[in-house]
Amino acid sequence: MRMMAFIVAYWPSAYLRQTILITVLLFTLPTASRAQAVMADLTSHLIAITTGFTGTEVTLFGAMDGESDLIVVVRGPENKVTVRRKERILGLWLNAHSASYDGVPGFYAVAATKPIGDILRGEMLARQQIGVENLTLTPTRNDLSAGDEQAFRDALIRGKQNAGLFGSQLGTVTTLGNRLFRTALVLPSNVPVGYYQVHVYAVRGGQIVGAQTTPLEVQQIGAAAELSDVAHTHGLIYGLLAVGASIMVGWLGSMAFRRA
Amino acid sequence: MAIPAGDPQVLQVYLPIAEISVDVVGLLLLGGGVGFLSGLFGVGGGFLMTPLLIFMGVPPAVAVGSQANQLVGASVVGTIAYWRKDGVDFRMGGVLLISGLIGSSIGVVLFGLLQRLGQIDLVISILYVVVLGTVGGLMAMESWRALRRSKMAAPPRRRLHQHLWIHGLPLKMRFPKSRLYISALVPGGIGLLGGVIIAIMGVGGGFFMVPAMVYIIGMPTAVVAGTSLFQILFTTAAVTLMQAALNQTVDVMLALVLLIGGVVGTQIGIRFGGRLRGEQSRMLLSLMILAVALKVGIDLVLTPDDFYTLVTGK
Repeated sequence: MRMMAFIVAYWPSAYLRQTILITVLLFTLPTASRAQAVMADLTSHLIAITTGFTGTEVTLFGAMDGESDLIVVVRGPENKVTVRRKERILGLWLNAHSASYDGVPGFYAVAATKPIGDILRGEMLARQQIGVENLTLTPTRNDLSAGDEQAFRDALIRGKQNAGLFGSQLGTVTTLGNRLFRTALVLPSNVPVGYYQVHVYAVRGGQIVGAQTTPLEVQQIGAAAELSDVAHTHGLIYGLLAVGASIMVGWLGSMAFRRA
Repeated sequence: MAIPAGDPQVLQVYLPIAEISVDVVGLLLLGGGVGFLSGLFGVGGGFLMTPLLIFMGVPPAVAVGSQANQLVGASVVGTIAYWRKDGVDFRMGGVLLISGLIGSSIGVVLFGLLQRLGQIDLVISILYVVVLGTVGGLMAMESWRALRRSKMAAPPRRRLHQHLWIHGLPLKMRFPKSRLYISALVPGGIGLLGGVIIAIMGVGGGFFMVPAMVYIIGMPTAVVAGTSLFQILFTTAAVTLMQAALNQTVDVMLALVLLIGGVVGTQIGIRFGGRLRGEQSRMLLSLMILAVALKVGIDLVLTPDDFYTLVTGK
């Protein structure tokens, strides 16, 4: 990079400078050249959660430079998750063993042009963490035996799938004339707020020939956001307002019935 | 657990603190149903509301915090209604309230301790079974005897209340509204114990206070419901402030929707309550309390559908 800065600063001709810069970029930044195999964008990079939010759909669309298979991965903000297992102790079912996982995506879904196992080899899928079974989920705190670790991992994925936060089915990516593609990303009403990443992979002959990541933000907007903001920054004031609002509604209701 | 998203048949509202969308009509009906019981029996109904909210997908901590907020408004309605009917003993309510606030502060500390030990769920379940089972069982037996007695042609003349050893304690105070001259330690002790239970179980505590006021303090039925609601009003206001300031678990949107349903339900409940005799109303309440205790007890013993539970931390 210091070399490039030197060239940019001291080369006499503007035209030559530009040509060399592009050439240098093409050879030194392989990701930049690879990204041209696939280019994608979202219809919206901001999902606004308002009072009437019931879940939403965002379209991912893009172009590729020839016949490829595509895999789209959506990853939500990461959280710590603790999985507890109930065991029978003295006739009662009590929480006994537990495992905590750091960096569990709050949302995870995959869409592709065909079953991902037919697109990429297993070790490639594992390396890129494509598919719930390939997510890196290793307990940070662990009082489990070796056989239990898989059961806890399965329970974590099952729980997230039941809540609609991990996709249990592969979404479809539709292509048009080996050039254009699109897919609909469905986000449920309980989608966590925060920063998401949408990864798009173009695959040809079992090799990833292009990849792009585009950001997506889920944010509370309007009255809901303001309430949430006050609640988290000025808890006591929020509490006083909540008590006041509750008394007001209760009292008004009582008055209404007195008239009736 | 999740509420189906995007169903055009239902009107949904997004809860900013719980961070989920729920069906408004379902929430109004839930508030109305619990409000009805509140008006009928003078209890807050938290022991029903909290489990139902969790079942709807509201995180448990938010269910407990918002519940307290909703109970503030709900008990304002009840307190005003009973006050108009001259059914609140403010002196007794004041003693119960002060001791109740001390008790709930102790309860909050105990809650934190149990949480660190990792068995708060178990303690809450066992408390539900033991406290609800005992209170419900005693009430059911008493009201059954009272119902049988009232069917006889000439009911024996009853004393105002039974005299127990606790009525010999010092610090005697006069409670003209309740027609009592007893030691302030009696309502004080009940308020303290009630406060601890309220904080740990996350409920208003009416189901515990009402029978204690009738059977232990010996208050006349006419002022029990009103005084209990008066005390619940201030306890839940204090709990709402504490939860909002310390844990940010109060969802005002959730509380207000429940409350609007509750306001209507409470008024209907009060009208029905006027038609029921004291022992009939107590019998119904005791059966409901026993049913909840039984449900929680069975869940502890029965093999669960899924052995695993997920807890997401920020």
